[in-house]
Amino acid sequence: MKKLVIISLLLVLGYSLMNTFSDIEFGKKREGISSYFLEHSPDDLQVANTVTAIVVSFRGFDTLGEVTVLFLAATAMGTILFRRRSKHTGLNPQRKSPQASRIVQAAGKLLFPAIMILGAYVFIHGHLTPGGGFQGGAIIATGFLLLLISYRQFKVEHKYVTWIESLAGLSFVTIGLLGMILGPHNSFLENFLNVGSLNDLLSGGVIALVYIAVGFKVGAELTGILDTLINIRETGDID
Amino acid sequence: MNQILTYSVYGSAILVMLIGIYAVLTKKNLIKIVIGLSIMDSGFNLLLVALGYIKGGTAPIFSPAVAGKDVLMVDPVPQALVLTAIVIGFGVTAVALSLVIRLYRKHNTIKIDEIKTLKW
Amino acid sequence: MIGAAIYAIITKDLIFATIGTSLISLALSVIFYLLHAPDVALTEAAIGVALSTIVFVIAVRNTKRYEED
Repeated sequence: MKKLVIISLLLVLGYSLMNTFSDIEFGKKREGISSYFLEHSPDDLQVANTVTAIVVSFRGFDTLGEVTVLFLAATAMGTILFRRRSKHTGLNPQRKSPQASRIVQAAGKLLFPAIMILGAYVFIHGHLTPGGGFQGGAIIATGFLLLLISYRQFKVEHKYVTWIESLAGLSFVTIGLLGMILGPHNSFLENFLNVGSLNDLLSGGVIALVYIAVGFKVGAELTGILDTLINIRETGDID
Repeated sequence: MNQILTYSVYGSAILVMLIGIYAVLTKKNLIKIVIGLSIMDSGFNLLLVALGYIKGGTAPIFSPAVAGKDVLMVDPVPQALVLTAIVIGFGVTAVALSLVIRLYRKHNTIKIDEIKTLKW
Repeated sequence: MIGAAIYAIITKDLIFATIGTSLISLALSVIFYLLHAPDVALTEAAIGVALSTIVFVIAVRNTKRYEED
């Protein structure tokens, strides 16, 4: 009975949403803010990838907020899952996960450098090809995840993770403030370097630098999240 | 023809969203609720990206193949929005699941009905 | 994709439900690529398919695997 009520309510919701969106024809060209971005991104900033230009330059302040949200998520997870080590309970034998097989270990060792290089490539070339700081950071975290699940004794040093994250965040803010001082319009995240020419690796001015900082920060944060969760599993016991 | 395409693409995105909302509303298991939230997220991302699609457009990247030519490009603004939304969604999922693990440790169950302290 | 979503909702085994969400993300990233959004497709493939799935699996291992009514 309750399910029927819920399904009928959802049908009403879906019908109203469908009515709203069916006015917007699929695949039709529309004029809006996007034409401004598509014109100014290659001409003024010399950035080939328009999505990168929007994320880092036109909406750069928003990205700073988003990175902060991710940092807060990592911190909140650490706070929620924190537990004091009790003296008598060490590792719980029932919960101990078995060592990964030798094939997984060898493959992890083999794949880890390749994944690192792929991640670094993705965020260094973020202004030229699809990809960027978020994607590259996620790929790097995947590489660390591979090591974390294949080797039980592998540990990520939280000290270094925190340092990398803080330095990357600081450099983001510093680049933004430098843009306020040195840029021609004195606004946050303003470009103050030579923009270069389109489709060059050294093009786009500060955008490449900011995206590299975002890549380091996201990679460190996601690795921290995964490490917190996996270590909880290793020492997880029920009381 | 275009009308059918409009209805089918937006309809499937909205259907995925509704499936997620249904799971959030009816399921008792906390992990199922988080799965429902994540499905809802996917549906909404699909809807946003589909809104920005332009027929015959290319990806909004001025690669050497298209630089300098007059080509039609899809709308880059929803893509940038969805890019951030996916990362935020992952953060939300991770925090929600850590809350679930903590609740399981305290109450030894992940059914909402059996967690009595949530009721008043 | 819709089938994977329905399967993820109705199955009682939470590990299978997690694999269902992973399939949704995989299908979604292919759809994003077809809609000419390669950036979003890359993000969805890295985060939705790999990281999100592993977080769900860890959470299920820390709690109960089967959902009972």
